[in-house]
Amino acid sequence: MSATTAGGGMPGAGAADEPYRPSARRLAREAHRRRRARRAGLVAAASTAITGTALYLAVVESPGWPRFRETFLNADYARQALPRVLDGLWTNLQLMTVCGALILVLGLVLALLRTLRGPAFLPVRLLATAYVDFFLGLPMIICLLIMITGVPALRLTGVTTDPLLLGGAALVLTYSAYVSEVFRAGIQSVHPGQRAAARSLGLTHAQAMRYVVLPQAVRRVVPPLLNNLVSLQKDTGLVSIGGVIDAVYAAKIITAQTFNYTPYLVAALVFIALTVPLTRFTDWVTARTEGRRHQGGAV
Amino acid sequence: MTPLDPTRPVLELQEVRKAYGPHLVLHSVDLVVPAHSVTVLIGASGSGKSTLLRCANLLEEVDDGAILLDGEEITDPETDQDAVRRRIGVVFQQYNLFPHMTVLENVTLAPRRVHRLSRSDAEARAGELLHRLGLGDRAGDYPDRLSGGQQQRVAIARALATDPRLLLLDEITAALDPELVGEVLAVVRDLKEQGMTMVVSTHEMDFAREVADQVCFLDAGTVLERGTPEQVLGDPQHERTRRFLHRVTGRGRFTAR
Repeated sequence: MSATTAGGGMPGAGAADEPYRPSARRLAREAHRRRRARRAGLVAAASTAITGTALYLAVVESPGWPRFRETFLNADYARQALPRVLDGLWTNLQLMTVCGALILVLGLVLALLRTLRGPAFLPVRLLATAYVDFFLGLPMIICLLIMITGVPALRLTGVTTDPLLLGGAALVLTYSAYVSEVFRAGIQSVHPGQRAAARSLGLTHAQAMRYVVLPQAVRRVVPPLLNNLVSLQKDTGLVSIGGVIDAVYAAKIITAQTFNYTPYLVAALVFIALTVPLTRFTDWVTARTEGRRHQGGAV
Repeated sequence: MTPLDPTRPVLELQEVRKAYGPHLVLHSVDLVVPAHSVTVLIGASGSGKSTLLRCANLLEEVDDGAILLDGEEITDPETDQDAVRRRIGVVFQQYNLFPHMTVLENVTLAPRRVHRLSRSDAEARAGELLHRLGLGDRAGDYPDRLSGGQQQRVAIARALATDPRLLLLDEITAALDPELVGEVLAVVRDLKEQGMTMVVSTHEMDFAREVADQVCFLDAGTVLERGTPEQVLGDPQHERTRRFLHRVTGRGRFTAR
């Protein structure tokens, strides 16, 4: 390596005008990195192939495999179940969309009620806190049973007995408590200096919330909210306990007639096919938020 | 490792180039930092000072050129980057102390976990260092109990605790209140007395004049002018250097409108 370095005292050598050509050193370094990447690719492929083969053999060679395949992986039943499961899934998707919107609004309102200051708002704060505490602790299944079977037993006039609506209401009640906690954490994570700066400008509590705190808080809680959405999507399947014909119940009907469990697996795969893209989307959103906050670097 | 040659520079940059996308931050930068010398980097914000220091510590990957530490190329892709970083101490503008650890735990973390010193040895050495930096009575405090100047001195103690070969100081007084700047710069002055090799980026021109063996003026990613403090700060050859110095030392500093 030649001593190409300029010593002290030399006024700057303005080489800025020549077009840049990568040096031999850079080219060698890049070639080396490419070689290393190729080697890494080969190692990854080989180890994946070996692991895959080992898993395949372990499953196929296990003693119960033929019976399992017949009971859970029957192609005829799968073909029979898929259209009906997909029909049912439409119910799940509608439920998720409508409930999701209501949950966001109710959750945000609950979180905001708990931020209200001043003695006059004490009952409001207490009620919101009690609501959240109650529904955070209440098991989803009990909430559903009370709504779907308990409410019709009251024979209230003007109140629906439709298990779909009542089940949806149970989802909204429970999930809005979860979501309000997420929003509240987001609001609290905004630095108090932000609120101080906003109030110093003369903004009211509500204006400071609306224009300064909430925009920052909401952006921060998008990833955990999406996690809640994934979880809600699965829990829409629980309304089937009230006899709503959704994807789960459609599978159950076929299984009850045939004693073959393939329809359950079909329903499971359909749900997974929905959640996987949503989870990847959440990862992507999280990475994007992180990336904006992070300065680049090699570590 | 080759035996230490007293004339060989501790750090050497050869035609280092670094771009972020279309934005060229370092443009063929050469630099030689001899042992026991202090190199001060000056230049406007965005002139590449911080990037140069981050490249030297391998926090950024250079696009072209090479960086040598004690004559060994550390930008070689086969280099053990952790081993290189073990030999270099860094102090950041924003201190970056670990808020969940006490001062003593901050300083003893690397000696214990990286260099495998026993707890008692690490703590004895850390206590000595903290004492030397005037922080002997703050060892049990958490960083948020300290002033900015004290936090930055803890950060220096943390960087020194592993006996680095080279110390990189990236605008270490830029986030401090003016009355706290002096205590931090005094520490750096002491380190120079003890022969520590340092590369320092700063906007404190009086301090640069006092401690620098070599001053480099960075402008748009190149070292536009370099030399002794008398040459660069006292008798700058380039118009851009003169304008920069006028801005930061003259009236310009106080009428920054």
